[in-house]
This record gives sequence, C-alpha cells and structure tokens, in this order.
Amino acid sequence: MLSRPARKQINDFLQFFLILSAAVFIMIPIYWIISGAFKQQVDIFQLKLLFTPTLENFKIIFKSPYNLLDKLYNSTVVAFSTVVVAIPLATIAAYSFSRFRLTGERIMFVMILSTQFVPAVVIVLPFFILFRDLGILDTKLSLVLVNLSLIMPFAIWMIKGFIDGIPLDTEEAALVDGSNRIQVIKNVVLPMALPGVITAAIFCFILAWNEFLFAVIITTNKAVTMPVGLSMFHAEEGVLWHLISAAGIMIMLPMFVLATLIQKHFVQGMTMGAVR
Amino acid sequence: MRDRHLKYLFVLPALIVVASTAIWPLLQSFYLSFREWKLNRARESKALWDFEYDGWENITYLFDNYLQAVQDDLMWNAVQVTSIFTVASVILSVGMALGLALLLAPGGKFRLTVRTMLILPFAMSPALIGVSWRFMFQPDFGLFKAFFDVLFPPLADVDWLGDPILAMIALVGSDVWHFTPFLTLVFIGGLATVPKDAQEAATIDGATSWMVFRDVTLPSILPVLAVGIVLKSIFSLKMFDQVYMLTNGGPAYATQTLAHYIYFNGFKYYDMGYASAVSYMLVIPMFGLTWVYMKLVFLKR
Repeated sequence: MLSRPARKQINDFLQFFLILSAAVFIMIPIYWIISGAFKQQVDIFQLKLLFTPTLENFKIIFKSPYNLLDKLYNSTVVAFSTVVVAIPLATIAAYSFSRFRLTGERIMFVMILSTQFVPAVVIVLPFFILFRDLGILDTKLSLVLVNLSLIMPFAIWMIKGFIDGIPLDTEEAALVDGSNRIQVIKNVVLPMALPGVITAAIFCFILAWNEFLFAVIITTNKAVTMPVGLSMFHAEEGVLWHLISAAGIMIMLPMFVLATLIQKHFVQGMTMGAVR
Repeated sequence: MRDRHLKYLFVLPALIVVASTAIWPLLQSFYLSFREWKLNRARESKALWDFEYDGWENITYLFDNYLQAVQDDLMWNAVQVTSIFTVASVILSVGMALGLALLLAPGGKFRLTVRTMLILPFAMSPALIGVSWRFMFQPDFGLFKAFFDVLFPPLADVDWLGDPILAMIALVGSDVWHFTPFLTLVFIGGLATVPKDAQEAATIDGATSWMVFRDVTLPSILPVLAVGIVLKSIFSLKMFDQVYMLTNGGPAYATQTLAHYIYFNGFKYYDMGYASAVSYMLVIPMFGLTWVYMKLVFLKR
C-alpha cells in the first residue's frame, strides 16, 4: 500500500498527463493546418518536422484561378449584412420580451427557439425553388436571406439574456422624469446593453461566417463563400493540400480571435441561456 | 405612442423575419412533400393526387413520396447511419467532455491555459474541419499514417476513408474533436454551481472521490448534463458539413447521413417532392428533442 502523499503525487501526475494529452489532441489538427499552409507542395508529401517555411501559398490562393479575395469579400459581406439586419431587429424585440408581458409570449418564445432546431436542409428546399424562380440563385442577397433563419433566434435570445441583467431603476427614473419610451431606449438602455449587443453580433458573425450547407447549395460561382471555396483546390496531380491549408488559415484565424473575445458568452449563446 | 401598442410593434419585425425565413419554408416543405416536382423535368410542380381525376379510392397517391421513401433501401441506410453516428458521437463527446471538465474544474494556471484552448475547435468552420481531417487521414502522407508508423505499425497502412467501418470511425472522430471541447466548457459551467461545502463535508466523512462524484457532484450537474446530451443529439442528427467534406457519404453510402441523403435527392437528382418528404422524417424526431430541450430551458428560468 502506498502512503497518502505518494498516492496524491501519482494522482496529480496522472491528471496532468491526461489534461496535457487532451490539449495536444485539441491542438494537433489546428497545428496541422497551420504548418501545411507554410509548406511547399513537395514538403506536404514528406512528413518532415523541419521544413523551410514559405509564404508562396498565400500568394497563389489570391491569384487566378482561385481568386480567394472574391470569396473573402463574399464571406465578409454576407456575414456582415446578416448581422446588420438581424441585430437591430433582435435588439428591439429582445427589449420588449424582457420588459413587457405580451399576450402569446410563450408561443412566440417556443416559435423562435424551435426554429433553431429545424434541419437546415429542410429550410433550403423551398428557398432554392423560390430563388430559382426569382432568378437570384448564386447571389449574396439570397444567402443573407436564408442565413437570417439561422441567426435571428440566437440573436433575440442572447440579447434578451443581456437586457434581463440590466437593472430597471435608471430606466424607471428616466420615465418618471418625462422621457418617452423611445428616448429611454436610446439614451438609457442602449448604452448599457451595448456590450451585450456587440457580443451577440460577434457570435452571430461567427455562425454566419462558418455556415456551409446553405452556401454550398445556393452559391455556384459569383457568391461562393470561403468554406465552399475550399473545394476548388484540385489539380490533375490531386488535392492541393498546401493551398487548402493556406485558405483554411484565412477562415479560422479571424474566428479564433473573435471567439476568444467573447469566450465567456459563447457557451451561453450556443445553449440559448440554458447554461450560464 | 403608448407602451401597450409599442411592445407589440417592437417584436413585430423580428417575428416577421423568423416567420418568413424559418416557419414558411418548414410549412412549404410539408406542402411540397405531397407533390411531384422534379426540377430537371417539369417547370411546375403537380399534385400527386387529384380528387376529380383519381377519386377518393386512390387517395393513397397523395403519400407517394412517403411510400417511395419507406421502400427505398438507401433511405433506411441513411436512417441507420444517422442513428449509429448520433449514438456514437453523443456518448463519446459527452463522456469525454465530462471527464475533461472534472479534470479542468479545480483551476490553477495550467488548467486555465488549457481552458482557453477549448473554444478554438468550436469556432472553426465544420467544412474546414472535414477537409483538414481528410488531409490527416490521407493514406500516403497523412498525419495518422505518421502517427501509427511510430506507435502502432499495423494501423499505419490502413486506408481510413476507403473502408466502411473505418470511415465511420473517422467521421465520428472529427465530430468528437469538434464538440468535446465545447461540451467541456458547458460542463465546467455546470460544475461551478456544485456546492463546495457538500463535497468537502463528504470527503471529511471519509467518502472516496468516486462516492463524492456519484452522490454529490453528479446529481447537481444532472440538468446541465441533460442540456449537453440533448443539444449534442440535435446537432448529430443534423450532421452534414463534415460528411460532405470528409467522406462525401462514402465509401458506398457507408457514411451517408439523412441530411446528406436529402441533399443528394434534392440537389443532385432535383427531386424536390421526394427530398421534402424525407426531410419531414428528420423533422419529427427533431421536434421531439426540441420539446425536451424547451422543457430544460424553461425549467431553468
């Protein structure tokens, strides 16, 4: 039988080892993409740990025939427009849900929340037919429209959570002083809710940026976004992993920065406030 | 304007957007599932059953798309693949996340550093995860080949994505990598609410750490655990992005989930009516899970 301190030491080491393995497991695929992006094509085929890093891949992906800048532009415009439409509408709705009792409130909640769980492939079938009839397949506008179905429920629910946390007193004081509701929202509530609204906007931007199913169905050429663009790196000699990795960095690094900024609220947003 | 009008005016625009971008397509898919509409042939959809022409005795025509689905082996294959994938990915990701959350809960510099890494996989585009895992499973120069060359040579020359069972393992692996860190964050949040004094009291009374976990920790994180399980099940049932990028449903449909099967019928064969009918078979279990999830969310409030 081991002594208590010895057992504790073994236990501590075991825990350290397990956590370290988990960290390595998490980081390896990310490292694999990052290192691939700086490898020359010949180095991809050899699993050398040491290679001469090159920036050539980043030059190639922005040139013809890949023109990744177009896809970067599409992704940015689509994600940004989706957020710009969704957040103001979600904010005023969230304010109303937070501060007032509405008839049919519960039904509205269930309606908003449950749409989040409808499989995206079901949403896109009728939209595809509609956009085809309107002749707006493969446009950024059509992608923004379907993305709203994904973003709105999260935005409303997340911002409502933030407004719930703002104390009522200042608002009531301003109302007593004779401000009307619109003035109160503009001058009192909005400044206090702004960090929460920005957090929700960042969260929704990440969702829209990474969205794949809608984009792969609706876009073919003009409006192709970054994740869909990953499929274009093929050549006669096979898949061009070094270019995919370079494009992959452009997709993931900005989202790493944004997700880290709102880390605390990410879980809350994704679970719709079920976990705080 | 008075508040009692204003409050409805405030929610109206958001409700209109939700209704037209989510509720309308849901109802429209249901309508489409009773019609014949092959986009590559007809310009218009037509009803499967027409009372004037077919009469009441042939009302079963209305369900042709559904009957076709029930009789299609590939549809049942997709149901089976989705079920296996969902069960495997939920058990593995939830189990590993709970273990990791327990390991990371105590705090300290090392643990907090690892915690900051947990957000990264979930911020990544699932399509990118699919592609990069295909790269890692590449049989000639992939990461897994290199890994097993050193550690376990018999597995080094395996063609992961060429074998039905191994391809499923690869798909589950990439999904577990994607979700375990996120679920770990969810569970760490739950563990923070476990009463510390109860844990300490039990330890002083001579309870082993297993007993503390079973009798004190587990009961108090059960609601959060339930949220994690239901949420992960919903995401697993919808699985599409990595299937498309990692295995494309193959080899020979071995990893074709329902979402991918619907995509295939709707956008490769352009059979919109049939795709809608099958998608409704995915919507129904989803609604069941969503209902459970609502209960959990509203319970919390």
